[in-house]
Amino acid sequence: MLKIDNLTKRFGGLAAVNNVSIEFEANKINAIIGPNGAGKSTFFNLVAGAMPPTEGRIEYQGMDITGMACDRIARLGIARTFQTTNLFEESTVLDNLIVGHRLRTQSRLWDVIINSKRLRDEEKKCRARAQEVLDFVGLSHIGHRITADISQEEKKRVAFALALATDPELVLLDEPAGGINPEETENLAGLIRKMVEHGVTVCLIEHKMDMIMSLADKIMVLDHGEKIAEGTPDEIRNNPVVIEAYLGSDDDAAA
Amino acid sequence: MNALQKISDFFMTPAMKILLILAAVLFPFVASNEYQIYVMALAFVWAIAVYGMNIITGLCGQLNLAHGGFFAIGAYTLSILAVDHGWGFWWAFLAAGGAGALLGFLAGVVSLRLKEHYFAIFTLCVGFIIYLLIDKWEALTHGALGIIDIPAPNGFGLVDFTQTTPFYYLALTFMVLSIWLAARIANSLLGRSFRAIRISDDLAESLGINLMRNKVLAFVLSTTYASVAGALYAGLVRFIGPAEAEVVHTFDMITYLLVGGIGTLMGPLIGTMAITWLTQSLQFLEEYRMIVFGPMLVVLVIFFPRGVVGSFLTWRGRRLAAAQDAQAESAAKKKPKANNTVNSSAREAGNHA
Repeated sequence: MLKIDNLTKRFGGLAAVNNVSIEFEANKINAIIGPNGAGKSTFFNLVAGAMPPTEGRIEYQGMDITGMACDRIARLGIARTFQTTNLFEESTVLDNLIVGHRLRTQSRLWDVIINSKRLRDEEKKCRARAQEVLDFVGLSHIGHRITADISQEEKKRVAFALALATDPELVLLDEPAGGINPEETENLAGLIRKMVEHGVTVCLIEHKMDMIMSLADKIMVLDHGEKIAEGTPDEIRNNPVVIEAYLGSDDDAAA
Repeated sequence: MNALQKISDFFMTPAMKILLILAAVLFPFVASNEYQIYVMALAFVWAIAVYGMNIITGLCGQLNLAHGGFFAIGAYTLSILAVDHGWGFWWAFLAAGGAGALLGFLAGVVSLRLKEHYFAIFTLCVGFIIYLLIDKWEALTHGALGIIDIPAPNGFGLVDFTQTTPFYYLALTFMVLSIWLAARIANSLLGRSFRAIRISDDLAESLGINLMRNKVLAFVLSTTYASVAGALYAGLVRFIGPAEAEVVHTFDMITYLLVGGIGTLMGPLIGTMAITWLTQSLQFLEEYRMIVFGPMLVVLVIFFPRGVVGSFLTWRGRRLAAAQDAQAESAAKKKPKANNTVNSSAREAGNHA
């Protein structure tokens, strides 16, 4: 699905991501962990095309996407959520989701001016897709609410729904469980499993170890921009390098 | 309460739009003097420009401080072509719109490479450069002397647009068309792309929206609106000078937007009308009117940051949502659930955001 070769990103002298190679399989939950500042988010930004890598190669479904623009990568089927959930607070929840399917439509300014059939059809399609993903994340009962009035966990779900509305095959989730309580975290993990059951490959960054260990099929550990380990949760749990760098330290209490 | 809801429902109906247009059509008959009609026509012209600003700043979230400059470009293009080159008004008018679009495209491609306040500062400079060019390029613009004897719109022998009332209807027509197009854009997938950019560049990009293409399109639309408004202004006032390009006009328009409701459909109209008539009615205070005006603005921005229309829409949206929740609750009354906790945490999250 996603094959990364010797990926490096340098900011001046600092290598935020240093020579990372890894392969993520389709229909699996892949997790990236590591202490704060390990380069996890930078890694995501590189994969999503938000910034070009200094060196290395990113291959998605056999296609070289290294240095490709973010919006093109999104159209190829890679969606993402962000650490901070940005939504249009004044609109209703459903209204927020309609734009998610925009990248699968063609209408331009001229269609808007003459209100063409293509535009009307595409708007219907986007609305239907928004309703679908809202149902999928289990929020159809609050679709009519003003987004500013819903809970943090619900906002996270709306962000998931927005990513899903783009019809992705790979979803990058940056700390999906940040800032929500353990019970909500459990529910969100259930939603992530459901996404994978429906054919979406998930790649997530997370600090909550319980969640990762029970959820992930494969874990990559980053530290100071370098990959120090990869493997199944059991392998990671027992890896002495990881324990020294991360799990054994006091840092994970911060999660 | 119920009456309040009925009134607010009525505001959203097509009947309300017809009523508003009807009121505007009848205004010249009830106005007590020609000056009031003139002020209203001028307000319509400014409102068109404010609708343009609403596309780039309200929908797309890019604070464009060169907007007044493009208003002046429209006014000057029309005036130079009509006065110095003898073009007919409507040809010059079309050229003015085209000049706004073309120069907007060029300025947009460069300035939109910058983000947020850097973009705002850059466009402030663009606006000032436009002012300087108009003020100093005497061979083209007549410099500080300005341009006089600008022809009124050609009425083809049917109407005389040098008269205030016919011009009033012309301005009204253009404004209604502008609002109609703005509504089309705002409610379409295109408008949704713009709003996604307003939320965040990163989010919009991750949704597959091409930032540059959409931002430039919004910018060109806004500068076209501005220059069309400027051309109409020249046809109404029939004398223009470099002062037309001063940045104070841009800030006036921002004020109209903020008062009416940035990013809303009726906000630009309501803001422009409200401030115009407020300014007129405070005329007797002369320069002291800012003492009244300033605090009013401060209070408005603090308590109604989304302006009159934005606050109304949020209030209405909340009421509708609450009504729908209540309905769902009474439908599923059999199983009592602890809805209160959900609601309080939701409110907390809302405040936090």
